[in-house]
Amino acid sequence: MDLKLLDSPPTTAERDAVDGVLGPPASAWVGGERGADGHAALGGHAARAQRHLLLPVLHEVQGRIGWISPAALGYVCRRLTIPPAEAYGVASFYALFALEPRAPLVTHVCTDIACMCRGSSELVAELERTVGPAGEHPGNGRSIWLESPCLGMCERAPAALVTRAGDEAHEHEIAPASASDVAAALASADAPSPPPPLVPQAGDPSLRLLRRIGRVDPGSLDSYRAAGGYAALRAAIDMGPAGVIREVTDSRLLGRGGAAFPTGRKWDAVARNPVRPHYLVCNADESEPGTFKDRVVIEHDPFALVEAMTIAGFATGCERAFVYLRGEYPLAWERLSTAITGARARGFLGDDVMGAGVRFDIELRKGAGAYICGEETALFNSIEGYRGEPRSKPPFPVDSGLFSKPTVVNNVESLINVLDIVLEGGAAFARIGTEQSTGTRLFCLSGCVERPGLYEAPFGVKLGELLEMAGGVAGGRQLKAVLLGGAAGAFVGPDKLDLELSFEATREVGTTLGSGVIMAFDETVDLVPVLLRIAAFFRDESCGQCVPCRVGTVRQQEALLRLASERPRGTVADELALLDEIGQAMRDASICGLGQTAANAIDSAVRELRVFERAAG
Amino acid sequence: MSAVPVTIRRTVELQIDGDAVRVPEGSTILDACKARGLDIPTLCYGETLTPVNACRVCMVEVEGSRVLVPSCARKAEDGMVVRTRSDRVDHSRKMVLEFLGSSVDLSTTQHVDRWNREYGAAPERYGPPAPPAPEGARDRAQAGRHHAGDGQTAATVAQPVKIDNENYVRDYAKCILCYKCVEGCGTDWQNTFAIAVAGRGFDARIATEFDAPLPDSACVYCGNCIAVCPTGALMFKSEYDLRQAGGWDESAQTVTETICSYCGVGCSLELHVQDNTIVKVTSPLDHGVTHGNLCVKGRFGFQYVQNRAPGADDGA
Repeated sequence: MDLKLLDSPPTTAERDAVDGVLGPPASAWVGGERGADGHAALGGHAARAQRHLLLPVLHEVQGRIGWISPAALGYVCRRLTIPPAEAYGVASFYALFALEPRAPLVTHVCTDIACMCRGSSELVAELERTVGPAGEHPGNGRSIWLESPCLGMCERAPAALVTRAGDEAHEHEIAPASASDVAAALASADAPSPPPPLVPQAGDPSLRLLRRIGRVDPGSLDSYRAAGGYAALRAAIDMGPAGVIREVTDSRLLGRGGAAFPTGRKWDAVARNPVRPHYLVCNADESEPGTFKDRVVIEHDPFALVEAMTIAGFATGCERAFVYLRGEYPLAWERLSTAITGARARGFLGDDVMGAGVRFDIELRKGAGAYICGEETALFNSIEGYRGEPRSKPPFPVDSGLFSKPTVVNNVESLINVLDIVLEGGAAFARIGTEQSTGTRLFCLSGCVERPGLYEAPFGVKLGELLEMAGGVAGGRQLKAVLLGGAAGAFVGPDKLDLELSFEATREVGTTLGSGVIMAFDETVDLVPVLLRIAAFFRDESCGQCVPCRVGTVRQQEALLRLASERPRGTVADELALLDEIGQAMRDASICGLGQTAANAIDSAVRELRVFERAAG
Repeated sequence: MSAVPVTIRRTVELQIDGDAVRVPEGSTILDACKARGLDIPTLCYGETLTPVNACRVCMVEVEGSRVLVPSCARKAEDGMVVRTRSDRVDHSRKMVLEFLGSSVDLSTTQHVDRWNREYGAAPERYGPPAPPAPEGARDRAQAGRHHAGDGQTAATVAQPVKIDNENYVRDYAKCILCYKCVEGCGTDWQNTFAIAVAGRGFDARIATEFDAPLPDSACVYCGNCIAVCPTGALMFKSEYDLRQAGGWDESAQTVTETICSYCGVGCSLELHVQDNTIVKVTSPLDHGVTHGNLCVKGRFGFQYVQNRAPGADDGA
């Protein structure tokens, strides 16, 4: 491919960052200065086959240099034979990449809905007063703070994420964060030691998915094995791939990422697909506001995911797997990397897993601040080094997924359920929960509850029971509303406390469990700013590919702003009708689930809670 | 000479608006609709390009599908039941036309006024347009950040036109982000990859790397992006200048068909002439050699035809 690159050489640091990921250039031609005409036509298929390293390389440049300069991008393009316009399109797609010089130390302060209930607005106001406006350098020029969408730390809200670029690049979370914490982080970025998990049920013998949380050392394979780890993989190998798929099918496990597709059917379709190779992708790009379950599992029980993925790969004929972890989870990244390395060193990953002749390995990939990449086909594009735009379906991933090959893509929680399914049998698993929703579910309780945290309960648990487990509404206040399923979910009123939490019961009342978000709002919370934040979130996170979502999310936000400021065009009823029309078009005509659900929470607040009718008096 | 292989194409039968339609396997729903003489609005669809189904104006209802489907991309299947004018379809088309009409300058987009009338689209109901972005502001927009305003004005993509070369201009205030120019510049035809979609969401835009001017980019000025642009966002500078001066008059133009004289390929050229001056050059999309594409010589190398000796008569 004939590349025309912008005319500036990378700095030594930029070159080192790129070469650190890709290795040194094979010849001086590739790494050296280009010809006088500005063209480079080197690398060929071998370089282009490495395009999936684009995102890791951009992360490295961002992490080491603090921004991605034209010269650095040009060098990346030369090494990977990617046209610079395309690489720029990819880099500019992600919120965590800076394409202009930026302070090396950045604190991302979450202003999303769970943190709003826990004082993020006050935190931001105080930062503006004491440090300065978002994005502006407070005196030293070395650090800034920025507002951020949900950081997935909702159980410790309000949350912040500190990223420091440079040779000693590192990232850490602060939660709960105060203005003085953020100010201290901006002054120096020494990482505090990670906090213990917030799993209030820890130690409860009835726990299944969470039973090892807090009880095993997440850094120790031996600790995991002492707690029963790798018994499931041994059992899976003994029963063979078809046996595993039979048990998973019999378990009637439904996917936990939000779409509730039968896992057994997905696995079976890929296992039977004659096209090779097959790929396994674990979707850990948990970005739905209010969701933090996958983060807690990975941080505190990472080997469970590694083992579950190995079983999935064994069953479906995948030798190579990817975990796509959201970029805002530094602790989960560190612990999962360690677990994968540790498992590989001990023969639990690699060419001969457990001495059983099974070949399977896992590569970790990090998102860079794009909610849309949790959509499975957008995730494939992101891994492949393209913009994280969803693909048109059909074809479905089981036929044409990652690298256009048959692909199993499962959420973290779906996968770890497989461990017990293999050990107990699918039939035993199917006896837990309800008729159509088998097993237990992880629920992310946040907002105005007494004890926010990650909870596990069998499907069929009532919404009120779950809130009681979390100590009820904080401070003994009255419940105003609960958001089920996150920003893409729906609000229900306090009249729904008897609602059975199962896929079928929530569907029946027109709501969703989504990713397991249960976010409570008490009587003191004004829901209008919450709706505005949700609207802003979807506007920010729309990939921009299709018109209904790209413009619809903007028009939705504008209508809400007019309602919130009590300056409607026409009457309040006119604006509500317009919102309804916008929502219908996004639902019907958007390419992917983001646009199709971008009006749901707002629609439910208007219909179920009659938010603006009350405001209109 | 070996025997000519005979390919027997299977056909599929589907139902469109209640009528049975039989089309060759591999046809899209749009193909089938066209075969029925149905007028489905399209914007991002291009007969010489891979469908990207991004504009969502050609949506139809397919029985059994939870959401509407893009007729330009979805293959017709046996037994499919398609409705092209249901309430849901009409509503979606109206909203897409309003979303585009309220955020993009569609003054040089064909058919839009007719479609707006047909679907009852009223782009003005979103309020007066917000002021245009200053030069370069949209190109620097950071993913995941926006300025919300107060909702009293409708956000648009309005911005100054980019004029950085003598051949063509890029007026992204008119860009609906249909991806056609990117496809024409990339793997569908030219394989130059000078432009790509950058940014995200409402700030997504067609861009060179770091918004570099075209002369610094990989652009080879084939103009194949102009050929597929449905909105006039990409335009011959000659046409742009005439329009700016108020002199553009399509009714006064003639089209002369000829063959490009630069090399032996034999590309068909259509010379659009106004006042005895070539104002733009196209090639027929259905031409077996060019498929509408040309190179810089055929597209822009026409000045020698109309060089006139100083003081000579204007050719009249």
